[in-house]
Amino acid sequence: MPEPLLQVNDLKVHFPTDDGLVKAVDGISFQVMPGETLGVVGESGSGKSVSFLTVMGLITSKQAIIEGEVIFKGQDLLQVPVDEMRNVRGDKISMIFQDPMTSLHPFYKVGAQIGEAIRAHQKVSKREALDQAVEMLQRVGIPKPEERANQYPHEFSGGMRQRAMIAMALSLNPDLLIADEPTTALDVTVQAQILDLIDRLREEFNASIVIITHDLGVVAEHCDHLQVMYAGKIAETGTSDDIYYRPHHPYAWGLLGSITRLDEEEKERLRPIKGLPPSLIFVPPGCSFNPRCPYAFDRCKVDVPELLPIDGQHAVACHLSLADKERIFAEEVAAR
Amino acid sequence: MSVSVTEPAATPTEESRTPLVKLTGVKKYFPITRGIIFQKKIGNVHAVDGVDLEIYPGETVGLVGETGCGKSTLARVIMRLFDATDGEIIFDGQDITKLKGRELRAIRRNMQMIFQDPFASLNPRRTVGSIISEPFRLHGTIPRGGIKAEVQQLMELVGLNPEHYNRYPHEFSGGQRQRIGVARSLALRPRLIVCDEPVSALDVSIQAQILNLLEDLQAEFNLTYLFIAHDLSVVKHVSDRVAVMYLGKIAEMASGDTLYRNPKHPYTGALLSAVPIPDPYLAAHKKRIILEGDVPSPIDPPSGCRFHPRCPNAQFPTCKEDEPELLAAHTGQIVACHFPLPDRAVIDEAATEQAAAEAEQAATEQVATEQVATEQAPATEVAPGSDG
Repeated sequence: MPEPLLQVNDLKVHFPTDDGLVKAVDGISFQVMPGETLGVVGESGSGKSVSFLTVMGLITSKQAIIEGEVIFKGQDLLQVPVDEMRNVRGDKISMIFQDPMTSLHPFYKVGAQIGEAIRAHQKVSKREALDQAVEMLQRVGIPKPEERANQYPHEFSGGMRQRAMIAMALSLNPDLLIADEPTTALDVTVQAQILDLIDRLREEFNASIVIITHDLGVVAEHCDHLQVMYAGKIAETGTSDDIYYRPHHPYAWGLLGSITRLDEEEKERLRPIKGLPPSLIFVPPGCSFNPRCPYAFDRCKVDVPELLPIDGQHAVACHLSLADKERIFAEEVAAR
Repeated sequence: MSVSVTEPAATPTEESRTPLVKLTGVKKYFPITRGIIFQKKIGNVHAVDGVDLEIYPGETVGLVGETGCGKSTLARVIMRLFDATDGEIIFDGQDITKLKGRELRAIRRNMQMIFQDPFASLNPRRTVGSIISEPFRLHGTIPRGGIKAEVQQLMELVGLNPEHYNRYPHEFSGGQRQRIGVARSLALRPRLIVCDEPVSALDVSIQAQILNLLEDLQAEFNLTYLFIAHDLSVVKHVSDRVAVMYLGKIAEMASGDTLYRNPKHPYTGALLSAVPIPDPYLAAHKKRIILEGDVPSPIDPPSGCRFHPRCPNAQFPTCKEDEPELLAAHTGQIVACHFPLPDRAVIDEAATEQAAAEAEQAATEQVATEQVATEQAPATEVAPGSDG
């Protein structure tokens, strides 16, 4: 068994506010193996972005209470001082964000921005950094990279900006690339281009990739592993096949029942999850999904379910018995 | 250029009826000017460039396309929020292209809009009750039973708690705000509702709630929808007929199912193949048509067929010189393409693969359950087929 590249143990991120304690991330553990793609799925407010911002050391709020361990290549990143964290960020782990317009500086040329990232970590001249930037732009499929490097972000289209962001993130050859909703702001055709690019670069750079998304379609195609988050906790985790073909958590069933599918034979009514995601201040006692769960019983309102393995890497946090889950899934979910 | 876009299969009862909305050659250009005092027109953005479309009472017409293809502009032209540069808009038998003032207002009662961003489309300083009752005030009508009772009834109808009448928009979540938008659009009991990306800002579970709500309301009030979205799977789910737009023109139009099974325009094929499928096996095996590059600028659209610079099937010089007309294809849709795709170009393979996948999966499951049943031991390697 190879060493995991990233091992997160019982991570908690809480923010005290005037209204109460916001439990954005509430005790999650997971790992990312070298060369694998992990998909993190969840609705807004499920803690998926916050947990990876914490991994990056980007939660700067002084009030934030962060507990647990984030072990990256044998080193606990939560213990690393801020200055040293700069060497890790960008060089070892880098991140691309949802909105490529707000993550590029509008006053600087694209080539210069990528060059700046390179110069922050390597002792190279401006000229060399720019040359490297041009090469990176070419590798992410931007035509006429020399010209493009000399342009400002507003001269790029949305897809091109996201490519430029990817070029910047990969310019230092990181071991881990975290993509936070990389295609949400893009059209489907461009989304397909960007996802294919990420796939190709994973092989080329031999990096591990985390894709954070709310779109179950995106992760089906491009991830080896999936992790479904709900209200700051992991509801279910497993291989893509586990989650799509043998899901065990009622929330996962709900998500799969909510999506419109192109390949539906006849027009079927969607089966949305009733209600709303909980406030992270007043998380329901017991299983946080219980008020929205059609199968909840007494125990769900009292006991917090643990994430327990089913088989292999497939694990689920739900009180329903295995037999019940298989029966409900076969009768009510898969039978659609 | 008047091609009938009636789809007999999709709207069997509508055939004899007159369309609720009929667009003929609608164009909308936005001028680009240079200079501050002596403004000089130096060009046009061809946002909508000659669209013919008919929407029949009670049906849902979907409009898909990439950013900048003119779908929202078209919606706003129909709503008369923009004046058409050219063409004719007929609503319920009346030409509304040039209507002004009181007459326009009278027509507007019958057409309402739901916007994409539920955060930007509600005034943060006004209570929900006042937002939903605004249409009554604007049109000077007082519903039977009084405004407040009517608004509370509307709130209940869209799944909001009527007791929240005096709350402000910030107290609601995204999905609830979208419900407020729906209630507002329903207030005057319009005949046509234009939904401009109504669910794209929402989480999937909430998206499904809103889509179901729109469906229920359509059945209850016999509404006609023009449903705009960039997500092809959402559009296919809600629409009776779908129009695919590219650079200000309709490229193809058909029932959602025909479009999915038998896309004729290469652009539709590419859009279809780009939609992510929430099924790892199908996703890994589907046929992909990846488009190169971005949508060209609508300021100076390409000659001939507008799609030719990105089209994988383009043949020169025909596609570059001749503009294709919207013509009926034998599979039932209308399509503007010189060299349409062959039948079942995108889906057929996927369909056979789906059958294969299901068979394989069933076999795997059977093996798994048998193993568990016979061994009665903790499963060690239960999922051998998972990497298949």
